[in-house]
Amino acid sequence: MCAITGVLNLLGAPVAAQRLMDMVASVRHRGPDGTGFHIEGPIGLGHARLAVIDLAGGAQPIHNETRTVWVVFNGEIFNYLELRAELEARGHTFYTQSDTEVLVHLYEDYGRDFVQRLNGQFAIALWDAEARRLLLVRDRVGIAPLFYHASPAELLFGSEIKALLAAGVQARPHLAAIDQIFTWWAPLAPDTAFEGIHELPPGEWLEADARGVRTGKYWDFDYPAPGDYSAVPEGSLAEQLRSLLTDAVRIRLRADVPVGAYLSGGLDSSVIASLINQHTDVSLCTFSIGFESAGLDETPYQQAVVDDLGTRHARMDCVSGTIADALADTIWHSETPVLRTAPVPMRLLSGFARANGFRVVLTGEGSDEVFGGYDIFKEAKVRRFWAAQPDSTWRPLLLRRLYPYLDITTQGQGYVRSFFGQGLGDVDAFAFSHLPRWHTTALCKQFFAAELQSALAALPPAEVRLAASLPATFARWHPLNRAQYLEAKLLLPGYLLSSQGDRMLMANGVEGRFPYLDHRVIEFAATLPPRLKLRVLREKYLLKRAMAERLPAAVLARPKQPYRAPDIAAFVAARPECLDLMSPATLRDYGYFDVAKVGHLVRKALSGRVIGQRDNMAFVGILTTQIWHHRFIANPLRLQHRVDPSMSQGNMPCRLNLA
Amino acid sequence: MSVEPRIRQFLLNNYLFTDDDAALGNDDSLLQKGVVDSTGMMELIAFLEEQFAIRIADEEMVPDNLDSVNNIVAFLARKQPANDAQAGA
Repeated sequence: MCAITGVLNLLGAPVAAQRLMDMVASVRHRGPDGTGFHIEGPIGLGHARLAVIDLAGGAQPIHNETRTVWVVFNGEIFNYLELRAELEARGHTFYTQSDTEVLVHLYEDYGRDFVQRLNGQFAIALWDAEARRLLLVRDRVGIAPLFYHASPAELLFGSEIKALLAAGVQARPHLAAIDQIFTWWAPLAPDTAFEGIHELPPGEWLEADARGVRTGKYWDFDYPAPGDYSAVPEGSLAEQLRSLLTDAVRIRLRADVPVGAYLSGGLDSSVIASLINQHTDVSLCTFSIGFESAGLDETPYQQAVVDDLGTRHARMDCVSGTIADALADTIWHSETPVLRTAPVPMRLLSGFARANGFRVVLTGEGSDEVFGGYDIFKEAKVRRFWAAQPDSTWRPLLLRRLYPYLDITTQGQGYVRSFFGQGLGDVDAFAFSHLPRWHTTALCKQFFAAELQSALAALPPAEVRLAASLPATFARWHPLNRAQYLEAKLLLPGYLLSSQGDRMLMANGVEGRFPYLDHRVIEFAATLPPRLKLRVLREKYLLKRAMAERLPAAVLARPKQPYRAPDIAAFVAARPECLDLMSPATLRDYGYFDVAKVGHLVRKALSGRVIGQRDNMAFVGILTTQIWHHRFIANPLRLQHRVDPSMSQGNMPCRLNLA
Repeated sequence: MSVEPRIRQFLLNNYLFTDDDAALGNDDSLLQKGVVDSTGMMELIAFLEEQFAIRIADEEMVPDNLDSVNNIVAFLARKQPANDAQAGA
């Protein structure tokens, strides 16, 4: 991956080169191998390069034969070899070996629809000099980030929000988005935590020219009407899935640098590691995280896979103090408050991989969304089953299959009824599957200051906007597909692929690649009957069947464990001084939270007593909101360094094209 | 401090994060009002066992005993009629 930035002056004024260079400088961590610019009247395109393919010749911006189409691009086009052969056969000539160059030629042939031909992860900015039009496109699921700010005078864009701030956009909190974070863990695109700064939603394009700015959707998650699922026998589907995943992995190994893999010890990353090992001659290097707490640590499972596959493995042990120390810089990269510390170890892990000589890793992200792996899918299934007989005393007991701790006390019945019974009367509600989780998260909002609460009360509820964004066919889908869609639109792009994904990888100049999010895999899985995903209460049924013979039995039989990191404990035990930003004076100054209530929460945390999930989420959410405000709003962006256009970076010259 | 204000203070400070006495009625359901969740219930049980020197059996962990201030006070009175005086010692 890399970083892209740019300016389009909609009123025709020429672009100031220094401003564009400042934007690139702010995101240089994403592309340490070189920078490049193209400035032509009202358009300025900037690029910071992480060299992965065509190390010597792939510097951007890239242009077509007649220099009328220019592109900067962050990401990878995995089917570029096939596309290139096709384009050459049609008479296009190439001047690099990079995957980027297929974009300009595809655009010449297909216009805006060229994106339909791409298999990859991408944020693309393409300038059509003849039409005097800028086109921005983002990949289907939101792997590569792309943010923009539009005013009547200009459109600014960048791979990170920092680039927009470096261009002079004022950092102001977007309170409605803060509210969404404390409900869904992330804002719904195009909202970001910053007022006036939007992200281009996954699967969408944006066009800007003298007529203004327009956006549209070119792809979305889609599911059949019940009854229209694939009728192919199960065994054949398993075979198809195996060959599809194999190919998704194969094309993701295309790189001119070594490719490694993250190994969590769970099913998904083990499948990927196994496919790399069995279908390529690459000697695989794997990376993992270990934790002190046995409840979080997955080291024994990681070791089982390493022993089985014989990978060269490196483990990074993450201790609580490290998490506390690294949190502030992690929020600098996430650019948004988060409710979990889990992004921190992911940032440290990418640094570990980079230090071991790797700048590309494959991971298992996306499998739970695509193949039905999450507990929330099972929970919704049980609640729906229970809703058919709401007075049943034994139906809700099935929830104990999911949450064994409910067995700890017989208060289960009372608790189960009051918690999981939420919304039981309305099984057709669009968010039936997610209501209990959202409700629990929203309890964190009791810490909001009274002024913030009243400001938010005046806004339309976020659920209304979410409901309005759903496809027309949503209500006809199977309940599992509806829940999958909500995950794919909220948590996947808004948190997992961004705060816990791209931003943590690119903080250290490491690119993640995600075979389960190959759109062919997604589209294949969407046609599967729900029983091949969630078989009774067994998750990812078809994936397990397809891969059963290739994985250690311990990994296959293992109950699913969500990836988590130490939360409150990390701070209280190791670094109480990191609580400075939660002091009454700072809380009052920033204005988001109720000083007295946060005081009680901090005292509770410091008491050393058992702290539940809810308090953990509130604590991390409050602390990271304070850090976020401190870093971005109270102390506006100061550029650390500027790019000198005459400077060369090794054999990756910094280029300035002034047309 | 007698039992009821101690229970109230614990619930107010640890679940509602406030000193505002009006935030919780003595008959309010802790579960239905969302004051405690499942781990919150474990915190409450640990608090009662420690502060009132009692052991709460699994079969006693039911809403009738634990779901409101009044239920908890009544439960504690049944649980330790003889040694109320040493509570909080």
